[in-house]
Amino acid sequence: MAALRDGMMRHAPLISPMTPTGEPYVLWFRDCDKSCLSRVGGKNASLGEMTHAGIRVPPGFAVTTAAYRDFLEQASLGPEIKKIMDRLDREDIEATQQASLTIRQMMAAADILPQIEDAIRSAYQKLCADCRVPDLPVAVRSSATAEDLPGASFAGQQDTTLWVCSAGSVVIRTAVCWSSLFTPRAIAYRNQMGFPHEKVLISVGVQKMANARSAGVMFTLNPTNGDRSKIAIDANWGLGESVVSGEVTPDNYLVDKVTFDIIKRTISPKLVEYVPDPAARRVQFCDVPLERQDIPCLSDEEIVALAQLGKGIEQHYGAPQDIEWAIDRDLPVPENIVVLQSRPETTWSNRAPTPVAKPNANALDYVVASLLTGVRARKDET
Amino acid sequence: MAGSTDGRFPSPFEVPTPPGCEGWEDLYPYYYLFSPERREFEEGKFWFQDGMHHPEPLYPFDTITSESWWVALGQYNTRVFIVPPALGIDQRVLNGYLYISANAITDEAVVGARVAHFLERAGYYYQHWNELYEKWVKKAEAVIRDLQALQVPDLPEMEDISVVTEGKGITNAYYLLEAYNRVIENMHKIWHYHFEFLNLGYAAYLTYFGFCKKAFPDIPDQTVAKMVSGIDVILFRPDEELKRLARAAVDLGVAGVFKKTIQPDEVMAEMQKSDAGKKWLAELEKSKDPWFYFSTGTGFYHLHRSWIDDMMVPCLSIRGYIEKIEAGQDIARPLSAIQKERDRLAAEYTALLSTEEDKKAFQEQLGLARTVFPYIENHNFYVEHWHHTIFWNKMREFGRLFVKYGFFKEVDDLFYLHRFEVTEALYDLIASWGVGTPARGPKYWPPLVEKRKALFVKLKAWAPPPALGEPPEVVTEPFTIMLWGITTDSIKNWMKPQPKEGEAKELSGFAGSPGVVEGLARVITSVEQLREVQAGEVLVCPITTPSWAPVFPRIKATVTDIGGMMSHAAIVCREYGLPAVIGTGYGTKLIKTGQKLRVDGNSGTVTLLN
Repeated sequence: MAALRDGMMRHAPLISPMTPTGEPYVLWFRDCDKSCLSRVGGKNASLGEMTHAGIRVPPGFAVTTAAYRDFLEQASLGPEIKKIMDRLDREDIEATQQASLTIRQMMAAADILPQIEDAIRSAYQKLCADCRVPDLPVAVRSSATAEDLPGASFAGQQDTTLWVCSAGSVVIRTAVCWSSLFTPRAIAYRNQMGFPHEKVLISVGVQKMANARSAGVMFTLNPTNGDRSKIAIDANWGLGESVVSGEVTPDNYLVDKVTFDIIKRTISPKLVEYVPDPAARRVQFCDVPLERQDIPCLSDEEIVALAQLGKGIEQHYGAPQDIEWAIDRDLPVPENIVVLQSRPETTWSNRAPTPVAKPNANALDYVVASLLTGVRARKDET
Repeated sequence: MAGSTDGRFPSPFEVPTPPGCEGWEDLYPYYYLFSPERREFEEGKFWFQDGMHHPEPLYPFDTITSESWWVALGQYNTRVFIVPPALGIDQRVLNGYLYISANAITDEAVVGARVAHFLERAGYYYQHWNELYEKWVKKAEAVIRDLQALQVPDLPEMEDISVVTEGKGITNAYYLLEAYNRVIENMHKIWHYHFEFLNLGYAAYLTYFGFCKKAFPDIPDQTVAKMVSGIDVILFRPDEELKRLARAAVDLGVAGVFKKTIQPDEVMAEMQKSDAGKKWLAELEKSKDPWFYFSTGTGFYHLHRSWIDDMMVPCLSIRGYIEKIEAGQDIARPLSAIQKERDRLAAEYTALLSTEEDKKAFQEQLGLARTVFPYIENHNFYVEHWHHTIFWNKMREFGRLFVKYGFFKEVDDLFYLHRFEVTEALYDLIASWGVGTPARGPKYWPPLVEKRKALFVKLKAWAPPPALGEPPEVVTEPFTIMLWGITTDSIKNWMKPQPKEGEAKELSGFAGSPGVVEGLARVITSVEQLREVQAGEVLVCPITTPSWAPVFPRIKATVTDIGGMMSHAAIVCREYGLPAVIGTGYGTKLIKTGQKLRVDGNSGTVTLLN
């Protein structure tokens, strides 16, 4: 991964084709930070933040919301979409599905502005050159502008294509991400929230893929009880999609955030994994060979290095994080650990903390309470 | 270790006398036995065998330690500090083994009424802890000096002329009785001091512990302990003296002696041969008092001899340190590193608490835990090590006198008599001396001692049930939990059938000190076997005591049968960075020397690999 960082350092400022108003269609992650949120969405902005903070993030770029906006405009799709939506009976599931299909077909058929396509193609080629890999495999993911849309998870951000290996494919997958704004679920959600469809914008992230031996998610607190002194890691073989989607019961590790002691390990039978098939230029969903099913998919050294990384990311953001990560099979610990995404943990962080201390108690009051613990427990039981 | 299947353990009145052990009751005073007069009361209580302090049958004389703490522990709860939910810990002997039972107060009105007294009385001790502790050290040292100064007079053929010329009016018959009574009183006194701070100290420590567990639910026990460690407790001082002597041997150029032999007599003789060796012996003398008054056991039994009695352990250890020094290793205890890590842990955990109130409460409880911790560690050195080393040897002076007058064949025969019987024997002796006629003792005691010795062999072979009577639904008595680590869950565990030799694949205990290693087992059941321990082995033992510390630099990990997170093995292993699994219950019975083990000090499991 050091090589990757060097690559990024040598990377000359890219003059990206722009909109008439001077907004770029493409922004490199390293040029993004949280101020870019409305242009690149939460996910891409966060990747930019982490790149700046020196956290190992695979390099890549964002196709900005301006590209999506100009695409719609040029193809004159906006009024068409509005018409379909206005006609739609919101309660009618079948009609919603039909509307989704119609809009997505329209979008797929529409031409993409040459300036936009050029911007995406040249950024991808630059990425290949920086990484010194022709036809570099990348992941293409939607990145919603969460500020505009509180329930961002239903706006189409789930759309991800892995192991995309050519400039043409990147352009096509970008358009698919755009149209994911109009999945039946996303339409229904916006209708329910009363959010106008034409106001929704979407950015797309194009990121070098890690050659993941193992991957998963990490919470920088214990998700079962909100304990901030712990880091919880879920991991499976292959790419992290199997963990994110819940298709496997992952290995689970609990690590102390202060001492980095591995406190609990639950090794689960891991039956399936996503692995890249370079020959077929795609990701395969396959059975995990028997001999790897019941063994841990992370070494202790990797678990500790991951937890240290998680602690650093939390310190950078000043709040507990929910992190997607991968272990590259080609590199040694700790350079093999890359972060694919980090977002604020919301479940516990939005709750009022449960105090441990008793109001107005001094040390002696605690001693008395502690001596009476047994008596209280008995009372609770009866 | 017969388990129980119907939710209760055998009644003390149902447990049969082991074959050939009839009459064992005669070895103990009447009040120490389960008896028909108190049957209803005694059957209504839950008793457990105190394997932590008294794993072996009680020698009649050695009941002085258990009887001393019976009074001392209890009175501080019941009569001094008025601990709200707890009176004392009751004791009985069954087939030679000590069973104990907590007297919990379960009536909430009574508990509530005691709280105000406790706040006043315990509060005073916590507030004035350091000054009272300074006073305590002086008191304890005074008791030890008194004991050391005590003379055990012989009975002369004719009293000295000064008895006449100074008109003393008192003879050695009186002085001998007086000396014995003083030694016994001295023992009781040091045990009063032993518990002056201990219950309060443990309560404060466990309160802090409970707070940590609530605030950081999965925090490892050893991390909680590490935040109070690194305080320069004197428990490590004896080991520090051995390091000093190892350095002195290297500096004086006499380290080679330890390569030839570690037999103490041979080492001393060899050292006498050169000036440098004599200088080293002078350094040794400086260390001995008091740091070699360090028991190789718990100090609770007369059999637990100290470094001062047998220098084998120190010599073994000095050799180990010399090897390390010559290999260029730093043998100094990394005190400043330990303190730095302790402060880092405390600061980071504090920062992870979400409210200012939590942070304040944590800091206060950590502060109190650190205040009480030195006492929790240090009292052992003063009482069980320094004092008891002298005490058992003082009793041997009486033993020698009895041997001289034909009462016993061997000095240690004295320990087969209860202390009240020793009073009787002494009276027999001074009466015969005063009157000038033969005592009954020489005919009476030797056959009785022989009988008792044979009985003891049989009692030792008997496996006492872990508990007696019906267990409480919930263990509420805090000292049972704090001092013995006995909880509702551990009682349930006792009820499970014990794994048989050869069947067990895994043992579990407390995660005493973190780390995972594999190595060959060395099962040690007595201090004499310590010399068998080879470098890099895993020490498997019933319980380790601080004086075993010398062996720690040689080993890879420790597994003990008995103990909890505050046990010495755990504390010492954390200091030395060795994995430890503490309190496995049956480790020494199920593991064989030479067996390959994986010791996981993170999870508290020991895996038998072959």
